[in-house]
Amino acid sequence: MIEVKKLVKRFGLKTILRGLDFHVEPGEFVALLGPNGAGKTTFLRILASLSRPSMGSVKVAGYSLPNDSANVRARLGVVSHMPLLYPDLTAEENLHFYAQMYGLANYQPRITEVLEMIGLEARRKDLVRTFSRGMQQRLAIGRAVLHDPEVVLFDEPYTGLDQDASEMLDEVLRSVAAKGRTVVMTSHDLARAEDLATRFDILSRGVIAASAKREDFKDSNLLDFYKKSLES
Amino acid sequence: MKPSAPSLLKATFAIVQKDLAAELRSRELLSAMLVFSMLVILIFNFALELNIDVRKSVTAGVLWTTFAFAGTLGLNRSMAVEKDRGCMDGLLLAPVDRSAIFFGKAISNLAFMLIVEAIVIPMYAILYNETRIFQPEFLGVLLLGSIGYIAVGTLLSAMSVQTRTRDVLLPILLFPVAVPVLLASVKASGGIITGAPFAEILTPLNLLIVYDIVFIAISFMVFDYVVEE
Amino acid sequence: MQSKPIALTILDILSVISLGVATYFALVFAPTELFMGQVQRVFYFHVGTAWVGMLGFILAAIAGIIYLINKDMRWDRFEVAAVEISTMFFFITIVLGSIWARPAWNTWWTWDPRLTTAAITELIYIAYFMLRAGIEDPEKRARFGAVYTLLGGISVPITFMVIRLFRTIHPVVIGNESAAAQGGFSMSGDMVTAMLVSFAAFTIIFIDLMWHRIRIGGLQDKVEELKLKVSM
Repeated sequence: MIEVKKLVKRFGLKTILRGLDFHVEPGEFVALLGPNGAGKTTFLRILASLSRPSMGSVKVAGYSLPNDSANVRARLGVVSHMPLLYPDLTAEENLHFYAQMYGLANYQPRITEVLEMIGLEARRKDLVRTFSRGMQQRLAIGRAVLHDPEVVLFDEPYTGLDQDASEMLDEVLRSVAAKGRTVVMTSHDLARAEDLATRFDILSRGVIAASAKREDFKDSNLLDFYKKSLES
Repeated sequence: MKPSAPSLLKATFAIVQKDLAAELRSRELLSAMLVFSMLVILIFNFALELNIDVRKSVTAGVLWTTFAFAGTLGLNRSMAVEKDRGCMDGLLLAPVDRSAIFFGKAISNLAFMLIVEAIVIPMYAILYNETRIFQPEFLGVLLLGSIGYIAVGTLLSAMSVQTRTRDVLLPILLFPVAVPVLLASVKASGGIITGAPFAEILTPLNLLIVYDIVFIAISFMVFDYVVEE
Repeated sequence: MQSKPIALTILDILSVISLGVATYFALVFAPTELFMGQVQRVFYFHVGTAWVGMLGFILAAIAGIIYLINKDMRWDRFEVAAVEISTMFFFITIVLGSIWARPAWNTWWTWDPRLTTAAITELIYIAYFMLRAGIEDPEKRARFGAVYTLLGGISVPITFMVIRLFRTIHPVVIGNESAAAQGGFSMSGDMVTAMLVSFAAFTIIFIDLMWHRIRIGGLQDKVEELKLKVSM
């Protein structure tokens, strides 16, 4: 579903990604872990077509970036630590706007459906500025899956959420966003990632330093694996 | 239920509709622009002693200065809203052509500017008993000038909000390149107020149209480079 | 460390010589103008610096377009060099013009199309540097800089045409009889020679400075690169 070969990204003279290879099968949930400044967000922005690769090939849902970005964008949902929502519009109006931007036809039933899935049906007519951070983040997920994308990218979705809100988000993430889709998520939160993902990739110094499937952990846990990968 | 890239027109319209709906609710941007315009006119009133003789020659200048200053407030705010909560990324993630984002933002900015003008002009007319500013030619120049100013302003505000010095940078970037539009507008509308022969107004009017066409085309062409990484 | 190319050293020497020659032509060779006297001699350097100032501005806009097309950082360095050097020359032009204007028009400054356009061009340059100073990412800085020089390059000629609608007392120097009344003068053959020498001299100096500035830009990048390597 996602195919990245020899990806290099430079910002001026700084090289953030150095020949990164990355491959995701349809239906996988990959957690992308790594220390700050390893290039997780940069990598995700490239997958999201928001940033151009300096070198190498990137294919998402069978279309290559950046040449086929319109096709990729139509099949992609993104949730970042910023909500990407307009505070002066209601929840419904926000979804309405994005439905138009994605060229959806007859989107009213879909908006209702999404609002029900994320549990905000009762607040649909309320301004987003009155929502708590957790509610905004759930609505952000609703926005990202509105057009039923094949691939969903999460960039630190738990930033700024308290324990309760995080658990609620987990729930929505699992039931709404991940179901039947291919997911890549960056996170600091190893415990949450361990719960959700089916595969764990460690991004360090601009390359994937290690990769392990959930089945591969028998006695050891993710934390040991993470530490070991960064040491080597 | 599959997404398909919406047409340029539909996407542009969606952005305009979204901006107007949000503004109708909060009225933050329009009220700031209006109050600011009133204050500028008040200051001009005393700074220039706008008596009847002075007024004839400076009305166009006073109005255009006011609109130019108020315009930067609106442009800055309108783009900052997109930048602050990552909404610009949201727009860029949609399968729409980037020019839809440019035209959408430009049209809503123009709408805000015209709304402010539609309120300030009659108010000026009442305050100074100046009815000559209601001539259709005067309003036509106002429209042409606003279009050019907003086109290049929308592009530059998309640049300035991405810099460290974003609160102060927009007017510094915008005014020197918008000089032709402001001066041509002042010249043309001043001529209309003083009842100059049409031939005298024609040249600034032509330059205004040239500026509008050239800068809409350029802004639309380079907008990609301003929003993409 | 790459050493200074010999051709550049030769050009340095040539620049100094041509500056000397141009000075000689302006101060000694050219005949004293009948009405204005010695102060008119400032004219030769005034037009010489104005010419390279304009040349740099046009070159910067062209370099900006090329940069936007091929994204080669060398064009960005070229653009910065051209803008920096032109800013300086334009400033000299304005100062020399003022010195000339004082006796000729009895004022240091007048809002004439050429003067106003020159002032606005300087302001565009200054805005350009402020824009660049506000951006960290070198690649984005280059892109925005290129866009802005392009906008400036197009607006300046229109500015000139618009301001001409207001009024003028600036002399159109060559081939305009009525200009004499406004402080202009008709040029004798020797004066034309001195002016052309000045054009040539400042062109050589401009090329020399450009070469230095582009070379320094390259070295700066190299230093940054080495710093990054050390910190790795």
